[in-house]
Amino acid sequence: MATDTHAAAGHAADAASAPGMPQLDFSNWGNQIFWLLVTLVVIYFVLSRIALPRIAAVLAERQGTITNDIAAAEELKAKAGEAEAAYNQALVDARAEAQRIVGEAKAEIQTDLDAAIAKADAEIAAKAAESEKAIAEIRAGAVDSIRDVAADTAKEIVAALGGKADAKAVKAAVEARMKG
Amino acid sequence: MASEVHGADEGGLVFHPMDQFTVKPLFGGDHIGMFTITNATLWMALAVVGLVAMMVFGSSRRAVIPTRAQSIAELAYGFIFKMVEDVAGKDAVRFFPYIMTLFMFIVFSNFLGLIPMSFTTTSHFAVTVVLALLVFVTVTAVGFAKNGAKFLALFWVSSAPMALRPVLAVIELISYFVRPVSHSIRLAGNVMAGHAVIKVFAAFAAALVVNEIPTAVGIIVTPLSILGITALYALEVLVAFIQAYVFAILTCVYLRDALHPSH
Amino acid sequence: MEGQLAHIGAGLAGLGTGLAALGVGNVAASYLAGALRNPSAAASQTATLFIGIAFAEALGIFSFLVALLLMFAV
Repeated sequence: MATDTHAAAGHAADAASAPGMPQLDFSNWGNQIFWLLVTLVVIYFVLSRIALPRIAAVLAERQGTITNDIAAAEELKAKAGEAEAAYNQALVDARAEAQRIVGEAKAEIQTDLDAAIAKADAEIAAKAAESEKAIAEIRAGAVDSIRDVAADTAKEIVAALGGKADAKAVKAAVEARMKG
Repeated sequence: MASEVHGADEGGLVFHPMDQFTVKPLFGGDHIGMFTITNATLWMALAVVGLVAMMVFGSSRRAVIPTRAQSIAELAYGFIFKMVEDVAGKDAVRFFPYIMTLFMFIVFSNFLGLIPMSFTTTSHFAVTVVLALLVFVTVTAVGFAKNGAKFLALFWVSSAPMALRPVLAVIELISYFVRPVSHSIRLAGNVMAGHAVIKVFAAFAAALVVNEIPTAVGIIVTPLSILGITALYALEVLVAFIQAYVFAILTCVYLRDALHPSH
Repeated sequence: MEGQLAHIGAGLAGLGTGLAALGVGNVAASYLAGALRNPSAAASQTATLFIGIAFAEALGIFSFLVALLLMFAV
């Protein structure tokens, strides 16, 4: 199974021959090393001249893009914050304005109401005074009439009883009775 | 080797776990000269093709939002770049293309070697020894170029007691020169072991029919060995990546030693 | 006879791969124990883990290689 016999056999695919270790067949090391060096040089140049700079550029570009995008996003976020603040301010203003208008309207209505109430009160007072006066007049009229009628009636009764009615006394008597 | 080792039952089973590593000329002839196109050449070329397809054509659109192929290329780039930076240090970044070359070549060779009937270039010591020696020579050259004679401080353990230092220096020196040996044999051995074991299981999988006669034992052995092949194949996929990673990371460790020899 | 002795030797050398498996398992187990105790430091030590595994495994691979040499090249 020495390596030289194996090398002489070329390839040991034949089942009858000893398999050996192809790795220790030094006759093909030169060939493998040569092609390996060719391969490595090709790979090195492909990688270092084309692939790696390109990927590095792409990665750098992406990093730049991401940084820019993050900055833009920050800016937009700030803008959105500002817009929100403005919106809130507008809302507060509008609310205050509404409050003010409501207050004004309320005050106006109150004034009108007060005026109307005052006027109504005055009218009512005037009417009441008038009515009272009328009632007083009527009452005075009625008392006078009663006095006259009482005096007349008393005079007549006295006359009917056969006496002579003194107008003055009758009157005084009626007065006294009226007071009682 | 099979017939006299195994019993009569398995007399027809043929084990040639190492045949898959044979280097053969592709275009006839038995002689393998320096420049003969062999299957090793073919699979190395396929590794280059795969690498170009992934790293060059994959990234050819230079898209900011990457396509799938491009993100794989970027992933590989970022993975190795970060490893070089973390393990070997920031000043080792100029060796990044070199380490990337080693890593990509090993990764592609390992994975292409997992294709059934293919040839695994990294299973050959001729290949891994050259890769390891390249690293060894580079690291030593860089160490002396960067640090001059101070590079020898790597072998002079200044934290040890004075009496022990010469002994440790000898040990360090030996371990330094053993580095390329273990570096190369680890890769080739791992790859070779996995492939050979898969091949042995594959031979057992043929136990169902031996010498064109169905066998009873095959009913159990064949499904078990097919299961074994599947499991080992999964393990080999893992090993294919991890060995490439280990090779690259050890290169980074050696580079760090060369750039910063004090310890 | 000599070839058969070589095969026995290959079998004995193959034990080394199993022993290396113990070493690799030990490395992984220690890493896992440490990682569970301090998960925040785990990610930074994966590289060390793989280096440790690689060194432990290399010796197993050596014995595997010895087995192969005894099988095929002696």
